Amino acid sequence: MKRRAKFLVGGVFILGALGYLIYAGVSQSVVYFVTPSELMAAPVSGKTYRVGGVVQAGTLKWEPRNLALSFVLSDGKTTVPVRHKGTPPDLFGEGRGAVVEGTWSADGHFQAASILAKHSEEYKAPHDAASQPGYKELMRTLQGGSQ
Amino acid sequence: MTPEIGYAATIVAFGLALYGSIASAIAGRTGRRPLVASSERAAVGVLVLVTACMLLLIYAFLTFDFSVRYVAINTNRGTPFYYRITGLWGALEGSIILWTWMLALYTLIVVVQYRRRHPEFYPWVLSAMMGIAAFFLLVMTIPAPPFERLTPVPPDGRGLNPLLQDSGMITHPVALYLGFTGFTVPFAFALAALATGRIGDEWITITRRWTVIAWYFLALGLLIGGWWSYHVLGWGGYWAWDPVENAAVLPWLTGTALLHSVMIQERRRMLKIWNLTLVILTFSLTIFGTFLTRSGIIGSVHAFTQGTIGAFFLGFLALVLLTSFSLLAWRMDRLKAQGELDSIFSRESVFLLNNVFLVAAAFTVFFGTIFPLLSEAVRGVKVSVGAPFFNLVNIPLFLGLLILMGVGPLIAWRRASADNLRRNFLMPTAVGVAAAVIARALGIANSLVLLCIAAVVFVTGTIVLDFLRAVRARRRSGDGWAAATLGLLRRQNRRYGGFVVHLGILVVALGVAGSNAWSLHTETTLGRGESAELGGYRVRFDGLRASEESNHFKVTGTFTISSGVGSRDVLYPAKKFYAQEQNPIAYVDYRLGLIEDVYLVLGDFARDGSQATIKLQVNRMVSWLWLGGLVLTLGTGLAILPDRKKAA
Repeated sequence: MKRRAKFLVGGVFILGALGYLIYAGVSQSVVYFVTPSELMAAPVSGKTYRVGGVVQAGTLKWEPRNLALSFVLSDGKTTVPVRHKGTPPDLFGEGRGAVVEGTWSADGHFQAASILAKHSEEYKAPHDAASQPGYKELMRTLQGGSQ
Repeated sequence: MTPEIGYAATIVAFGLALYGSIASAIAGRTGRRPLVASSERAAVGVLVLVTACMLLLIYAFLTFDFSVRYVAINTNRGTPFYYRITGLWGALEGSIILWTWMLALYTLIVVVQYRRRHPEFYPWVLSAMMGIAAFFLLVMTIPAPPFERLTPVPPDGRGLNPLLQDSGMITHPVALYLGFTGFTVPFAFALAALATGRIGDEWITITRRWTVIAWYFLALGLLIGGWWSYHVLGWGGYWAWDPVENAAVLPWLTGTALLHSVMIQERRRMLKIWNLTLVILTFSLTIFGTFLTRSGIIGSVHAFTQGTIGAFFLGFLALVLLTSFSLLAWRMDRLKAQGELDSIFSRESVFLLNNVFLVAAAFTVFFGTIFPLLSEAVRGVKVSVGAPFFNLVNIPLFLGLLILMGVGPLIAWRRASADNLRRNFLMPTAVGVAAAVIARALGIANSLVLLCIAAVVFVTGTIVLDFLRAVRARRRSGDGWAAATLGLLRRQNRRYGGFVVHLGILVVALGVAGSNAWSLHTETTLGRGESAELGGYRVRFDGLRASEESNHFKVTGTFTISSGVGSRDVLYPAKKFYAQEQNPIAYVDYRLGLIEDVYLVLGDFARDGSQATIKLQVNRMVSWLWLGGLVLTLGTGLAILPDRKKAA
């Protein structure tokens, strides 16, 4: 009986420690998923949010020299001004979906620690990249410019 | 025509698998031999038909048959030859074919290996495996048909997701699925044991090698996945606690627990219910993982298509759990343990603790992964927990597991005397502590790294101590050093194979600790000729050039890396512009090293090539993960060598 009690105490101790770790882990790293409307309705500074929306056309600003990225995220109803220090990720652009994670800053903008561009696996008709003036020009300037 | 033939083959294979499953179950109950033979033929038929499906789909890929939706989505005319073949498992439908094919192959191996050796289990094993194959064939028929037509037929396909056009993506799914399907065999034997009521250790002894192999492939799949993430995704990490990764690591954790706890049953006739539960859980988690990642209920960076497939997997998961645990409850009276725990200081207890830690880790990963669902159901708030949660909870568990790794194999069965403990652990503990003290004196301040070093040196110490003792014992009986070492490895291959696997895990552990503690990164914009510095490296931007590749355009940066030692190197990170993607995809360049990797990502650039934004990282000890994988492979190979006694 004494032996069984020892194992029981050990088991309870391990479970307790695990429970505590889980509790502490959750409260430290919880991230709230919100839409721009939900965020702007009651933004709490210091809380970590994950906001999903579309990058509004004409709002994307990128200054490479000081790695300052800013844009406005929209869900069609409300908009959130977002700032981020760092390069825009692949597949990120105006009119495209993006998910930003970060905190609300008291001075009225969302400071994104990370940006995820959303891309779908759905079928898209392929377009001929070579025919697009953008690529052609890029090829030309780079081939002529740097060699 | 190809798609129709493929579709017909799928339906016939489904019918055969279902028939084989039912027929061999009846044979199991009634002992009618002809029925078993008939289901064996059905198993052969399933393998032939699924192989045909796979070849037909590969043929459709190679001939650019864009009338097949799956081909149109996953390839285009510019896709290189080998990616047209591996495009087979580039997305869901083809992955299911691959999975089913491996399952059919394993079923046939089981037929060949066991038809004469275990007549009581065999029909039930066959029934279970063919039942599972029938489920996957059903998935291939209804929710995820690989041969679905696309109208109108597009002139060109969309192309394989550029991120998947990488060697890691050729091997990663294959290894992972070999692991997932591999656990079907022990699971089928466990069901057979329950069905026949022969719940001794037979099923464990028979399936030990299968469990080891499945475990190994899962580990390999996880490591290759890490390598892919590291060198393709361009964020410089190998593990992000993403739901998809978690789904794959869950069965690995419970499988690891299973590998250890079966030893207790073999030796002490204990933990019978526990072992059956673990094998059921492990198999169920392989199904759960597919459900989780393919149902779209959890957001993930791995953007997968959603559909009814989630419901199929959920239904099957419910069926598996219900059947297995009902059988278990039905046989409960026969599952009484014959041994019992005598002392906390015993090998049984340490193995039990190892199981508790592994299952606790699995539970926390499970909990963290489905936390968004729980929270939404309970509180109506959408929340998630990220990497900090998983790290906080799992680091103590894994450190504990590392230490147990040293204690378990050496501590005495039943009750360890003080003398046994002193003899086995005094030296290794002293060396481990000394190593941490020396590391501290050398300037390593990170306490987690120090703990990890202490644990790793301690475990290595126990392994070396044990091995040297055994070699010395053989030397006394007259063998030379080499003969003694080799003889020992061969004769006790299972024990020492396990030790080598442990060493591999230690190497991985050091890599994880070191890379987390010491890696550096910076992000900056450079004009042509300008330099950035990080961790003793100087990176100069020399210019950009554009080029046209077979299926994409490429803008390549040239960067000269010089270090204090005077060595010079040039890295060419690039951006690839694929026709099917609107935005470019980064192509990372790196210089791998044993101690540190230089890792360079081209972020953004000025169109005239005068300026580039880069992410520069000096990642330390990441290579140890891949090295650890190599050691793991050697150890597994040693552990599954055929028994010598039987051969003689």
